[in-house]
Amino acid sequence: MNSDRRDFFKGMATAAAVAVVPSVARAREKKRPQSDAVGLLYDATRCIGCKACVVACKEQNDLPADTRGYGKGLYDAPEGLNEFTKNVIQLYKDAGEESYVKKQCMHCVDPACVGACMLGALQKGKYGIVSYDVDKCVGCRYCEVACPFNVPKFQWTKAAPRIVKCELCRDRLAEGKEPACTAVCPRQAVIFGKYTDLLDEAHRRLKDNPGNYVPKVYGEHEVGGTQVLYLSHVEFEKLGFRFDQQESVPHLQQSVQHGIYKGFIGPVALYALLGAVVFRNRGKSDDKES
Amino acid sequence: MTASRIPPKHPTIDEQLERAGVSRRHFINFCGKLMVVAPVGLAITNKLSPQAVAATIGKARRPSVIWLEMQDCTGCTETLLRTSRPDLGSLILNIISLDYHETVMAAAGNDAEAALRDAMAQNDGKYVLVVEGSIPTKDDGIYLTIGGKKGIDKLREVADHAAAVVAIGSCASWGGVPSSNINPTGAVGVDSIVKNKPVINIPGCPPNPYTFFGTVLEYATTGKVPKLDSFGRPLFAYDRTVHDHCPRRAHFDAGKFATVFGDEGHRNGWCLYKLGCKGPVTHAPCSTQHFNELEDCWPIGIGAPCAGCTEKATAFTIPLFTTVDIQHPLPPAFYPEVNPEHKGMSPVATGVAGLVGGALVGAGVIASRKLGGHDEETKE
Repeated sequence: MNSDRRDFFKGMATAAAVAVVPSVARAREKKRPQSDAVGLLYDATRCIGCKACVVACKEQNDLPADTRGYGKGLYDAPEGLNEFTKNVIQLYKDAGEESYVKKQCMHCVDPACVGACMLGALQKGKYGIVSYDVDKCVGCRYCEVACPFNVPKFQWTKAAPRIVKCELCRDRLAEGKEPACTAVCPRQAVIFGKYTDLLDEAHRRLKDNPGNYVPKVYGEHEVGGTQVLYLSHVEFEKLGFRFDQQESVPHLQQSVQHGIYKGFIGPVALYALLGAVVFRNRGKSDDKES
Repeated sequence: MTASRIPPKHPTIDEQLERAGVSRRHFINFCGKLMVVAPVGLAITNKLSPQAVAATIGKARRPSVIWLEMQDCTGCTETLLRTSRPDLGSLILNIISLDYHETVMAAAGNDAEAALRDAMAQNDGKYVLVVEGSIPTKDDGIYLTIGGKKGIDKLREVADHAAAVVAIGSCASWGGVPSSNINPTGAVGVDSIVKNKPVINIPGCPPNPYTFFGTVLEYATTGKVPKLDSFGRPLFAYDRTVHDHCPRRAHFDAGKFATVFGDEGHRNGWCLYKLGCKGPVTHAPCSTQHFNELEDCWPIGIGAPCAGCTEKATAFTIPLFTTVDIQHPLPPAFYPEVNPEHKGMSPVATGVAGLVGGALVGAGVIASRKLGGHDEETKE
C-alpha cells in the first residue's frame, strides 16, 4: 500500500512540474511604448559639452552640488550619475575620437527597475515616464542593481534616504513646460517630444547625413526600447551603453516568475507535495517511537 | 560747487543740468552706467537706452539730500566725488541737491549748524538722509560728539524729519570696521537706531556710487524704495555675487589659480580664489561697474583678492587671505570619463588584509584542533 501512495505523490509532483513548465516556455508579450509616450533625443554630434543641462537639472530638482571630486569643494563635479546628480555630461576621449555623452534615466519602455521594485515605488506613469514614489519605497536598492544603465541612485548620506533618478521633469510637464535640460540646451543637442516624432526625427537625421553617424538609433530596440533615444558618431559601447540585447530585462525575469505563480498551481502543488511527505514521514516516526 | 546754498525753487534735474552747463554727453554717460549697475530691478533703468533713462530721470525734481558723517573715514564721500573726467563732481552735485554735507560744504562752525537747520526746515519730511559711518552706543554714545551733540542724538533728530534713510558704506550698514572685534565703542549700524523710517543699506568699503545714485534717483522719480534683500540691501545691485560676473571667472572654471602673489598665474591674471578672494560669497555689483571712472579699477582688477566688504559675515571678520566656501558651485571645465576608473586597493592595504585574514584562519584552525583534542580527551 505504501508503494502505491508513493507512486501517487510522484505522479502529483510530475503533474505540478508539467503545469509550470509550459507557462515558462510561453514568452510574455513584448511591451510597446504607450500611446502618450514622450522622450528625449540626444544627438552627441551636436553637443558642445557646455553643461547648461547639468546646471538646469540641479536647479530644477533642487539638488545639492557634488563637490567631492575635482577641485575639492570648489566645483560641482560629479563623476557620473549619483545621489546628487540626475543628469550629467561625460566625455569619451580616445586617439582621434572624442564625444560628449549625456546620461540620465532612459525611461525604458519595459523598465528593469519597475520589474525589480517589489512594492511598486517605481512605476511606468503618465507619458511613459518611469516615476518614483518615495512613500512606497523600502530602500532595498534592487532597482539600482537591476538597471542596465546604472541610473537609480540611493542617497547614502541621508538618514531617510530615497532613490534619485531623472523623472523627466514631470512636474514641469504638468505645467505645460518641457524638461529643464532640453529647455536650456543652446544647440538643441537634446530635444524633447513625442516618442514617435523623436524616432522619426532620428531616422531623418540618419538618412540625411549617413556619414555623420553610427547607423543606429540607440534605444529604438535596445533593452526592449527606451524613450530616450541617442544618436552618435562614436560606437555606443564606447559611450558606456554596454547592452545591445533586444529583449528587455524584465522579459525573462517576469516570464519565469509569473509562470511559476500562474493560477497559483505551482505553489499549491509544491505545498501539497511537502504536506504529503510530512504526512507520510509522521507515520514512520510514530512506528519507530512505539 | 556751492553745495550748501539751497536753490530758491526746486528745478528738475534737466533744468539744473542746463543751468549749470553740464554737458548732455556726460549725463547720458552717467545714465548708461546706472543701467550697468541696475540691469534689472529699478523702474528708472528699465529702459532700452541711456537716452530713455536720461529722459525719465531728467523730469524728476532733484532729491534733497542731507549727509551726516558718524564714525567714518570719509571714504564713501571720496568714492562719490572721485573723478577722472573733469565735471563728474559737478554732475553729481547737480543731479542730487546735496543740501548738507560736512566734507564738501564751504561753511563751518555755527554757519554749518545753521545750514543743517535750514535744510531740514525747507524740506521737512521730504529729504533723503544719508548716513556715513557707524554710530557708537557704548557709554551712552559719548565717543562721537558733533557741535556739542552726541552722534546718536543727532542721527535720531535728523532721521525723524527724513522721508527715507540711506546707510552708505559698511560702517553705517552694520557697524563695519569700528564694530569689528572687540568693538570698543559699541558701534552699530543705522538700522539699529532708526526704526521708524525705511532704512536702505548700501554696504561696501566703499560702495559703488552708482548704487547710491540708483537708489536715490529711483526714490526721487517714483517715490518708492527699491526692493531690498534680507540685509536691507537694494536687490538691483546686491542680488549677484562678485564671482558671478567676475572677469576672471573663466580661469576659475578652468581650474587656473594664482597661488602666490607674483607667480605666473598671478601675472597672467588667473583666478584669485586661492589667495583668499571672497568673491564667491560677496554680493556686490563691483565686477560690472568699477570704481573711480577707470576700467579695472577695483580690487580684483588690480590683482588683489576681494575682501568681501559688503557682507557682514565676511568683511573685517574673516582674514583677507583665508579662502571661503563656494556658495553655488557650478561645473568646472572638466568632464568625468564615461567609465571612471575606481581606485583599487593599495598594495599595502592588500598585504594588511591578507595578514589579518591569514591570522584569523590560523587562529580558527588552532582553536578547532584544541576543541577536537578536548573532545577526544573527554571521550577517553
